[in-house]
Amino acid sequence: MTLTARGLTLSVEGVDHLRDITLDLRPGRIYTVIGRTLAGKSSLLRVLAGLQRVDAGTLTQDGTDLLQVPVWRRDTAMVYQQFINYPHLNVFDNVAFPLRRAKLSGEQVRLRATESLAKVGLSDFHARKPSQLSGGQQQRVALARALARRCKTLLLDEPLVNLDYKLREQLREEFRELFSGVGDSVVVYTTTETTEAMMLGDEVIVMHEGRIVQTGTPAEVFDAPATTTVAQIINEPPMNIIPGTVTGGRMRLNDLGAVDLPAHLAGLPDGPCQFGLRATDLSLSSSEGLRGDVTFVEISGSETFVHVVIADIPMVVQLEGIHDVSLGDAVLVTIRSDRLFAFSAQGDLLVAPSEQGGR
Amino acid sequence: MAQLELLDVGHCYVPGEGEDRWALKPLTVTFEAGKTYALVGPSGCGKTTLLNILSGLVSPTRGRVLFDGADMTRRSTRERNIAQVFQFPVIYTSMTVYQNLAFPLECRNWDSRRIDAKVRTVAEALGLGDRLKEPARKLNADDKQLISLGRGLVRDDVAALLMDEPLTVIDPQLKFSLRRRIREISEQFRPTVIYVTHDQYEAMSFVEELLVMKDGQVMQQGTPEELFESPRSAYVGYFIGSPSMNFLDVTQDGSGVWLAGQRLAMSWQPPAARVPAEASGAGAAQAGVLQAGIRPEYVRLASAPGPNTFPARLQAVRDHGPLRVLHVEIGGQRLALKLAREAGVPHGDTLLVELPRAKVLPYVGGQLATVVAG
Repeated sequence: MTLTARGLTLSVEGVDHLRDITLDLRPGRIYTVIGRTLAGKSSLLRVLAGLQRVDAGTLTQDGTDLLQVPVWRRDTAMVYQQFINYPHLNVFDNVAFPLRRAKLSGEQVRLRATESLAKVGLSDFHARKPSQLSGGQQQRVALARALARRCKTLLLDEPLVNLDYKLREQLREEFRELFSGVGDSVVVYTTTETTEAMMLGDEVIVMHEGRIVQTGTPAEVFDAPATTTVAQIINEPPMNIIPGTVTGGRMRLNDLGAVDLPAHLAGLPDGPCQFGLRATDLSLSSSEGLRGDVTFVEISGSETFVHVVIADIPMVVQLEGIHDVSLGDAVLVTIRSDRLFAFSAQGDLLVAPSEQGGR
Repeated sequence: MAQLELLDVGHCYVPGEGEDRWALKPLTVTFEAGKTYALVGPSGCGKTTLLNILSGLVSPTRGRVLFDGADMTRRSTRERNIAQVFQFPVIYTSMTVYQNLAFPLECRNWDSRRIDAKVRTVAEALGLGDRLKEPARKLNADDKQLISLGRGLVRDDVAALLMDEPLTVIDPQLKFSLRRRIREISEQFRPTVIYVTHDQYEAMSFVEELLVMKDGQVMQQGTPEELFESPRSAYVGYFIGSPSMNFLDVTQDGSGVWLAGQRLAMSWQPPAARVPAEASGAGAAQAGVLQAGIRPEYVRLASAPGPNTFPARLQAVRDHGPLRVLHVEIGGQRLALKLAREAGVPHGDTLLVELPRAKVLPYVGGQLATVVAG
């Protein structure tokens, strides 16, 4: 039941949406597709769903050429960013509708719809109309309808993006439980958020400008991003990338003074390269460090992202907790050189700092 | 820019309704001149009602609205001299960027030299300095929204700048730069800003103080750091921060506070709990039960038993990238804690967690128990 894509290519009005997409999506696994807006994530889902034709490539499942199967005959369910429900039907009938159309017995329809609504926590809402529900509840109805069909393929296109922060936090936790019950389905879930991609995916697919730029387990991708582009996409805030040079066992970050290479980078060849540093590996100090000027401060969840400029290099420092830092303040920034990533001048990963306990 | 005061202001949309059901329950708030504030909370919390009372679109059922001490309660929106930015950009599409910014000043009969200087200063701050001659209709959504904002800023006589979810239509990728712009501009021009949003983190990213609202009430007013460090209610502990603050039911007797059969020291001694613990969870909060609140950021893994250290059972590990969130159980109660990625995943199901005393706050009935004056 593996869903196999080979060389899927799509361009619309001269703009490449998908370039040579080759993938094996195995049943019982959850794939999170992460990428910036317009990376091709939604196009990929639409092609997998049969809502979009391709210019080239093949898509097969169980030996069937899916590109020849019309959308209504494919065994695929999709959940969208917008909460799409039938406004005139109550919650139960919204979930039951595709089951009835698939000619399931009345008893089967009742069982499956009831079970599916229980899973998403809407057992007490069968008789409500979608308009009487909150956004989070409406998205749960859409999800229940998708789950009830027990399709071979379940596609979710940034399903949490239109919900407020606390609901996203709650639902992404619930999704893990819900997806663990989908058995042999292939689940593909698109997102722009690191946390969702890392938490929900058995495998992460990183997309950029219509291409797949890396696939692997969340830990593989996070701990060893193949390129600076992947490193910036998979980290929120994006990984700090600093141009530098290596000369005779010493390194220089941009215009800063040369220092000895940290132990894990000892084998780096001489020449220009790029260093990467996660925002969590920089911190503010009251006594020592590089002088930086604060240009902006953002709060995300329980973290404070302090944007600083150090020797003309913009960098982001991530602080645990919420702190009042003023714009224009001069701060001292310490960097964890034992946590530096090294990339080639072209942006390919050379060395990543070692990680413990990845899973 | 003016200081805005609400004195015992409340509002109900249905005449004769009991006060407990008012859209905005009577409150007194002062918005200081030149400071930035955000009203945050879920839909229906009363934040838009409060904003509309300030702008004059809603006349409050009771109370008074003062601008720099002058009573504005019955004055029209026009008389209040405020600037507003809405969810959707409101601009004149037939005009250029320059004309859009100059228009509010021409309406006030400023002389053209003064208008020109002001428009150029503001356009520079908005990053639109070299696009003044472009027709406004050709701009993208976020630049249009910047112009809406700029039209408020050119009038330096306005009492306040009121913004209602101004980033709703902005592409997520552009939100960051626009947010940064608005913050920079407000630091430069120091307007009094009241900003309404449902996104607590967006608000925290550029205002000096937040008013967290729920059910028509202000639950807490404070800086982002204050709301995070000492939420006055369990609700604020939940609403601010991710994951939310942990709340654990504890018991209290003459000798101290107890959690799972062990002594728990808190940052200050709570007043004696009045209700014995029968209920738990949300029920406990309502019943006036004593709870210990601690942020997941402050819970630590310990290697040896010690003060405020408790055996815990590991329930789940969530990989968030740079850190992992561990869900553990202490005496049947769930607790979340954050662990740096490089610490790895703990071996085995049994852990020791430390709740540092300085970070454990006492809550009675869901409210932060006040420090008993010595």
